[in-house]
Amino acid sequence: MSTPKPDEKAVAVFVAWRDLSFAKGRFALMGTVIALITLLVGILSGLTAGLAQQNISAIEALPADRIAFAEPADGQDPSFTTSTVSRDRWERLGAMPGVTAAEPLGVSTARASAPTGTATVSVFAVRSGSALVPGGESVTVSTTVLSTAAADELAATVGDTVLVGDRELTVVAVRGDDSFSHTPVVWTELTDPEASVVALTTTSDFDADAVGEATGVLAVSKTDSLSAIGSFTAENGSLQLMRGFLFVIAALVIGAFFTVWTIQRSGDIAVLKALGASTGSLLRDALGQAVVLLVAGTAVGTALAAGIGAAVSGTVPFDLAPATLVVPSLVTVVLGAAGAALAVRRVTSVDPLIALGSAR
Amino acid sequence: MSLKLTDVTLTYPDGDGRVVALDHVDLDVPAGCVTAVVGPSGSGKSSLLAVAATLVTPDSGSVVVAGTDIAGLGRGELAELRRRRIGIVFQQPNLLPSLTAVEQLQVMAVIDGRSPSGVRDRALALLDAVGLGDVADRRPHQLSGGQRQRVNIARALMNEPSVLLIDEPTSALDHERGAAIVRLITDLTRERDCATVLVTHDLTHLAGTDRVVQVRDGRVLESPSHAQHV
Repeated sequence: MSTPKPDEKAVAVFVAWRDLSFAKGRFALMGTVIALITLLVGILSGLTAGLAQQNISAIEALPADRIAFAEPADGQDPSFTTSTVSRDRWERLGAMPGVTAAEPLGVSTARASAPTGTATVSVFAVRSGSALVPGGESVTVSTTVLSTAAADELAATVGDTVLVGDRELTVVAVRGDDSFSHTPVVWTELTDPEASVVALTTTSDFDADAVGEATGVLAVSKTDSLSAIGSFTAENGSLQLMRGFLFVIAALVIGAFFTVWTIQRSGDIAVLKALGASTGSLLRDALGQAVVLLVAGTAVGTALAAGIGAAVSGTVPFDLAPATLVVPSLVTVVLGAAGAALAVRRVTSVDPLIALGSAR
Repeated sequence: MSLKLTDVTLTYPDGDGRVVALDHVDLDVPAGCVTAVVGPSGSGKSSLLAVAATLVTPDSGSVVVAGTDIAGLGRGELAELRRRRIGIVFQQPNLLPSLTAVEQLQVMAVIDGRSPSGVRDRALALLDAVGLGDVADRRPHQLSGGQRQRVNIARALMNEPSVLLIDEPTSALDHERGAAIVRLITDLTRERDCATVLVTHDLTHLAGTDRVVQVRDGRVLESPSHAQHV
């Protein structure tokens, strides 16, 4: 037949939209379920990102691109808490090809106190004049730079004296808002002949294997080094697992709903097929309906998650960054659509003959 | 434009063997005429209609709908033939529950790629023609059985079909309403020059038809005289 190809998108909009409006109760119920799942995903994502920031922000903020750990024993992973790099190693590291800066960094946890407050802090010990200290500040054996959170918890400000472990230090600046392993960071001078790790600034010539062989360290990218923070790995793994399960649940629930819905309307599908609607247009119809429902449900759920996140962000670590909330919503839509697509493929098997002689 | 079935045989699987639903059937339905198909239950009337509607491909024989031989057409081409050349009036109205009466008609244009708003006037005119101009915005559950059946008929006419296939349109109606529906079908057939096949079990509705054929055991028997049936 030589007539023009029909615009099959039109039927999707026409029938699907009216179904949504006609079966309001069913679709409202399903939309609510999608919104609640998205709300859970959103809150979990915000919390995951917020908690992650409390774990890793100090490492992420370091002006370096690689972190060198002492070579771990066989079968062991590098760790900030167990790694020890001696002075001669970091000095050799600084002289390696492709390394433009090698700054030793001692990482430890200590109790800090000031006249008006106490806190558990992560002590980041660096050489005096090290570029690692935020804001270009410098520290000595008797001075410290506090992060904002540490200053708040200790109720300390510039000029105050704080006790960090057994060292009495004068606060010379309050800079940055970085945390490590859920504790605020304080910066002071490295007094030990050993550091935990070495922060490296490298060029494209840097050869991690060659450097490792020559110096006995394991140099990994800053992103990879985050897995060496024990609390981050354990916590993030659990939260991501929960998030993953929620995504799977979303796909299954949506798939189940649309399976039942497609079975319920198989008579209508048979009639439309008998009248001449193509299977492709009917598939688009069903899938379009699912996507409308998914987008509406996830939009509501994401807005609720953002609202709740904004309300609690002062008391719990909740990351409200758009990407933190929008990306999981998009994943929910994509996985939900995949679930719906598997469900509505039944449309292809509906026999238009049902329309002849079926009592409806 | 007419409907022509030539030497059509259709069988269905039945256990280990096959049952013959249509046995070397010939049927020629000219434009502007209503051909009534009568016969007992299980005689092959519905199979005849299914073949003519291109919903089933026969084992052998040829089916020519409005000048198009369906042999070798793919599913998409058959669907296109149905939506452009064939109007089907189902035994039960089979209206889509979410659509109003006028939308039931608009959807016919929509599945053919035309804008629903562009055909609204035509849909309303067709509803007027079947006496439903005042209930155009009602959904199926707000219509009576007779009204639903008339929407069913109007929907079949929406894409100006050359061939109109009507399956027991009066089975759910009382005699008076059934007679009115058959009158409507015969009037519309002449007015719109359709080749109409009317499958019915009710012999009292044959007065307005042009020809009556009897189906028995899958065969179209030599038609007795029209007057004899009527």
